[in-house]
Amino acid sequence: MNREKTFNILRTAVAMLAAILVAFLIIILVSDKPVESILIFLMQPFSSGRYVGNIVETAIPLIFSGLSMAILFQAGLFNLGGEGVFFMAGIVGSIAAIWLKLPIFIFPLVCLAVGAGTGILVMLVPGALRAKFNANEMVTSLMMNNICYGVGCYILNNMMRDTAVSSLVSYKYRSAALLPTIVSGTRVHVGILIALLCAAMVYVFLYKTKWGLQVRATGANAKFAKYSGMNVMKVILLVHVIAGAVAGCGGIVECLGLHKRFEWTALPGYGFDGAMIAMLANNNPLGVIGAAAFVAYLRVGADLVSRFADVPTEMVSILQTLIILLISAEKFLHKYKQRWMEKDIQIKEVQHEGLH
Amino acid sequence: MKGFINLIVSTDFVYSIFRVMTPLLFASMGAVISDVAGAPNIALEGLMLMAAFSGMYFGYLAQSAAVGLLMALLTAVLFAGVLAFFTLYYRTNIILGGIALNSLASGGTVFLLYLVANDKGTSVSLASKTLPNINIPVIENIPILGSIISGHNVLTYVSVLAVAFTYYLLKSTALGAHIKAVGEKKEAAESVGISAVKTQAAALLLSGVMCGFGGAFMSMGYVSWFSRDMLSSRGWIALAAEAMGRQTALGSAAASMLFGVADAVSNAAATQGLPSDLVKTIPYVATLVGLTIFSVRIYRRQKEV
Repeated sequence: MNREKTFNILRTAVAMLAAILVAFLIIILVSDKPVESILIFLMQPFSSGRYVGNIVETAIPLIFSGLSMAILFQAGLFNLGGEGVFFMAGIVGSIAAIWLKLPIFIFPLVCLAVGAGTGILVMLVPGALRAKFNANEMVTSLMMNNICYGVGCYILNNMMRDTAVSSLVSYKYRSAALLPTIVSGTRVHVGILIALLCAAMVYVFLYKTKWGLQVRATGANAKFAKYSGMNVMKVILLVHVIAGAVAGCGGIVECLGLHKRFEWTALPGYGFDGAMIAMLANNNPLGVIGAAAFVAYLRVGADLVSRFADVPTEMVSILQTLIILLISAEKFLHKYKQRWMEKDIQIKEVQHEGLH
Repeated sequence: MKGFINLIVSTDFVYSIFRVMTPLLFASMGAVISDVAGAPNIALEGLMLMAAFSGMYFGYLAQSAAVGLLMALLTAVLFAGVLAFFTLYYRTNIILGGIALNSLASGGTVFLLYLVANDKGTSVSLASKTLPNINIPVIENIPILGSIISGHNVLTYVSVLAVAFTYYLLKSTALGAHIKAVGEKKEAAESVGISAVKTQAAALLLSGVMCGFGGAFMSMGYVSWFSRDMLSSRGWIALAAEAMGRQTALGSAAASMLFGVADAVSNAAATQGLPSDLVKTIPYVATLVGLTIFSVRIYRRQKEV
């Protein structure tokens, strides 16, 4: 492993540590019994199988959204449409899960396909506008988020709403459509396996295929990619299709894995989480799994503190901000990086001289 | 439908356009200044949200709207400074920095709201202050025009001044010239002794001031309380307006007005029993369509060349 890579890992570790230290600081400032709260935050998530299960189930949607963003970032695209895709795929997938009648095994797969298809369609709006007309994909994708939310709410209110229940939820999914739980005593569902499979597939796509190389080349330098004969327009479309499919899958997996009905009444927030996870993972699909697990751990910890002690859960967003700022800061710990890299060169020089 | 049309041609409706336009004008001016300087500030949404909270809370503490406004401005400038520090000094990607600040604002304000009001939704339990509405003498007595132009919140008039300020800043001041030079070609500007870092920092701080006004208007004018995520994408719409307005003060102001109209129409339509979920998407659809038309035009022009 070269020193630059080691340094990146080190910097990520420092950022994670800083986040946890800031969490301590917040707890000390806010809590009446800081020591107890900190212990709950740090240890409680590992104290029982149920809480570890919570970490895993929290990580599932984060893996999907992180993968989706990692692909887009690798191509140098700032599309933040994961939010809308999650919501819309959840809605359309839920329609399938409520009204279709299919045998077990096939049913969830069909629902996933419907969700992924919806995700592709939603993502393709900013994707096509960017590929064809160079429209800023960030602004268009953000508009799509709000449009998806409005249209989704309309469908939920007028077509799917179960009026027998007082809260705003859809009719119950058919039980054959639900994703089964795989660890008894927890809510960990088969979605985790799908998420891991997706991560592996995205990894193979990005690093082992010709198309993946083109995606990464486009992200590194779009002009260079274009002049070396790559079809940048196709790459942009392809990236959006894959990102949409992955995020759409994540949306419906979350619905069918954890809920019996469609329950989101607001955008779930996974779009921006995805950006953070992808960054933590340095846009590496396999790293996304670890990054999602870490963020899920922070969230479960914060959730437990708010339940068993007196610190609001939203503390997490402050930690996340810090992580994003520190990890994306090129110059953070730069001085040390310089020294570290120079040492590498010196060692090589010494080895080189030794050969003569 | 007739009721709807009557509503749209009423003076109340035109009055409401100015009301919904105010935060968009401030934010889009913030977007123009930072984007022209080559440091696109996409944290407008978050900065306004933080300013809205700060204005509400300090206005409540001091029982003074002026203190609230001042603290709203300070808060937005402070966090614009944080963004400037990380992007210019630590070389954080400015888009990611913006995402980070937005996430901080969204969660952080709820966190603080819970601490001060014991509520994660709104601050209605705190008796906070609002900024005054101003009746313009003479004009207020003119029929129709008076009820449209007069009687707005003081910040609505400030937002019009903000457009004039931005226009003047970029057109005829030294700082404006520096901002444009740095945004155009950083290296060239530096070669003639303009500090890119200082200029971009100034631009980001100015966009912070704009967001401070926009946020203060939301919690101390548009409504008299703070509620979670109360900006509901106005910061992002302002970015779209700025893109449509081609980075100019007047163009962006015109685009903001267009979105203001769309927003006001959607508010009016919702009261007429049209499906509110769909009606609420009108401003976003308008933005998407507007941006598409704009991009297609640019694309065609480039193709001709």
